[in-house]
Amino acid sequence: MSTELLIWLIPLPPLLSFFLIILLTNRNKGISHTLAVGAAALSWIGSMVVIYRAFQMEHLRATPFASSIPWLPTGITWLRIGVLVDPLTAVTLFFVAWTIFMIFIYSVGYHNFGQPKGDHDKAGLPPHGATISDAHGHSHIIPSIEPMYSRFFAFLGLFAFGMYTLVVSDNLLTLFIGWEIMGLCSYLLIGFWYAKPSARAAMIKAFITTRVGDVFMLLGIAYLYASTGSLNYRETIYNPEVLHQLVQTPTGFLGLSAAALIGILLFIGTVGKSAQFPLHVWLPDAMEGPTPVSAMIHAATMVSAGIYLVIRIYPLLAAGMEHGQLTPPMIMMAIIGGFSALFAATIALAQNDIKRVLAYSTISQLGYMIAALGIGAYVAATFHLITHAFFKALLFLGSGSVIHGMEHGVLHTGEHVDPQDMFNMGGLRKKMPITFWTFLIGGLALSGFPIITAGFWSKDEILADAFAHQQWVTFFSLAFGALITAFYTMRQISLTFLGEPRSKSAAHAKETPWTMTVPLIILAVFAIGAGWAGIPRDFPLIGGVIPNWFHEYVGHSLIEAPETIQFNFIPLLTSLIVSIGGLGLGWIVYKQIGAGVPDPMQQLLGPVYKVLKNKYYVDEFYNKVFVQPAQWFAETFTYLWIDRKVIDGFLHWIAYVAGIIGNAFRNYIDKPIVNGFGDWVAETTKKLGSALRPIQSGRIQQYMILALVSIAAFTALFYYLLVYVR
Amino acid sequence: MIPISWYLLFSAALFSIGLYGVLARKNAIAILMGIELMLNAVNVNLIAFWRYLSPEKIDGQAFAVIVFATAAAEVAVGLAIFISIYRRRHTVAADEIDLLKW
Repeated sequence: MSTELLIWLIPLPPLLSFFLIILLTNRNKGISHTLAVGAAALSWIGSMVVIYRAFQMEHLRATPFASSIPWLPTGITWLRIGVLVDPLTAVTLFFVAWTIFMIFIYSVGYHNFGQPKGDHDKAGLPPHGATISDAHGHSHIIPSIEPMYSRFFAFLGLFAFGMYTLVVSDNLLTLFIGWEIMGLCSYLLIGFWYAKPSARAAMIKAFITTRVGDVFMLLGIAYLYASTGSLNYRETIYNPEVLHQLVQTPTGFLGLSAAALIGILLFIGTVGKSAQFPLHVWLPDAMEGPTPVSAMIHAATMVSAGIYLVIRIYPLLAAGMEHGQLTPPMIMMAIIGGFSALFAATIALAQNDIKRVLAYSTISQLGYMIAALGIGAYVAATFHLITHAFFKALLFLGSGSVIHGMEHGVLHTGEHVDPQDMFNMGGLRKKMPITFWTFLIGGLALSGFPIITAGFWSKDEILADAFAHQQWVTFFSLAFGALITAFYTMRQISLTFLGEPRSKSAAHAKETPWTMTVPLIILAVFAIGAGWAGIPRDFPLIGGVIPNWFHEYVGHSLIEAPETIQFNFIPLLTSLIVSIGGLGLGWIVYKQIGAGVPDPMQQLLGPVYKVLKNKYYVDEFYNKVFVQPAQWFAETFTYLWIDRKVIDGFLHWIAYVAGIIGNAFRNYIDKPIVNGFGDWVAETTKKLGSALRPIQSGRIQQYMILALVSIAAFTALFYYLLVYVR
Repeated sequence: MIPISWYLLFSAALFSIGLYGVLARKNAIAILMGIELMLNAVNVNLIAFWRYLSPEKIDGQAFAVIVFATAAAEVAVGLAIFISIYRRRHTVAADEIDLLKW
């Protein structure tokens, strides 16, 4: 099969599985997950073949795999859509295919396939457990299967279609379509347990918040199309002439060039999708969804798609950059990214929900990538995108596994504790060894533990880039963010796995089934190994043992490959210190926390802790500034004033006037004239009838006499007329 | 040859007698008989005119035969109706048969 055809086919199996499941196999859970996982496997195989062939190509940048078809007629030309696999797509496809496939498999175990139906489970709520009795006659409560199991896999399939479409498309329009499909699936899956009010609120919040970004992004796409007449990457963003022309075009808006304005508009789409400040509020709430969803959509793929977009349009963002002078969109990205990285990391310090910590960590890490792109570290950002996707998917799946184990304990003991609160955990390393070791690897990768983890190499490269480009503000905020990241990661690991169990549920937690642990192990391999592809050539001792393949390969996606930066010990030492230091501090503070002991940070930070705990009151602020005014506007202004008073008043007035006119017509025209005439006709006819009635006596002889008389009379009349009158 | 006016006078007299019977008699059977008289007066007229005006054709006779047939049919139907009325109301007096009144 030709590679181009294969690329076209990659997104299709999950879409097909979506339709098959919702239309046909919804009732059968086994067939449904077989279809979905099978479809994910097909897409995975296709992706791997394409990636293998792409890696074989010598000059993939100059001659990428591309094919397109005319799709929409636009005036005299056609809007073409197509697929494109260049080095950037190839590496993105790599982590997308792996994480999606792993998460599909994981979902089978997470939703308790093979377990009995729950005693009183309802669609729209998480399963509550089923009672079984063992051979000795004891009854146990064990986890029960998700009631809407098939629906979950259908949505995952649709989501996978959206993500693959986004990655392989060669233009911004189909990218946007994939982007929106994922937005829809994110909405549906956050609200998967829709009977929970919190899940409903979270799904709406996520959808509306990302929509704010999407509207700007659509404006950017429209602007780009209006200026260049094309949305194809290679015709616009990767075309030096078009870029030059866009840079030369002024927009009259804050002195920005067309390139800068389009870049900023598209970047705002990313701010929404990748949950950057100030549109980050939806991502932590999105943790209401099932954990595979959090891992796939809200850590590994969908939020990464936002970064992918910025990386994809990087030439546009950097267009007009001279002598290391950053362009306006890049400055904006450096600020927003750096701020989000630090901001979200500090919030993560004070969160107790195991998934929420990871959610803020995701915002923070995505901020790293944005900041890296903002200072021009294109390759480093891409590198971190990939390593992050692996280790963050791993961490989320690990946290899901922990929650699953805890839920088992909760059901077993009948205790009423929150299975997601880290202060109820502790000591899980003995109960769940596979989860512990893989989570540890993921956590170390997130903190950038030196040398062995992937996170170290990518994070170090970003810091090195920031240092080399002398972006001190970015450098220090990212370095400080990295310190905090290491600290809260160690806090999480210590609270969850180390020490002694702080609740009976934690003491009775159980390792999860193989469908959940195998994806963990595979992702753990990548969380370590993915970093080896990008070791700088002149790194001490091990540099150059493995060639810095990543830089060479991905760097060539750009028109001019970025130059390798000079190795410097200062950023390396910085990243070593922050990583080891953060981990060490976390270990010291949290190594032994007994049951019921408050968070030591509470004393250490004092009132700041409360601010962090409440996420800097951003939600409250938005509630006051946006939500409540909007509600006031809807309820008081629009409903009470405009709708009830003005519009209703006007309508009631019209109705009143129409009533008066109608009554007048009725009283002066209808009743006297029309009715009067009708009644008169009827009355007269009636009177005439009763007057003539007596002659109808029913006696035949009278009729005949009458007829005879009439004939005689008429005869006389005619006779008279004919004889005398003429 | 007897002048045609005689036939016509005879026919008119016969018709008048029949008409009187129809109008004046109470008995329905008698009314039917009156009708027969009137029909036969018409027949006399037809035959007389045929004989005097166009004896070479048979149109007048044909008319007369049709009138006979009609009269026979009419009597058959009429008598059947009166028998039926008699069975239900035990009378054949025309005065009392006034079901068709308002």
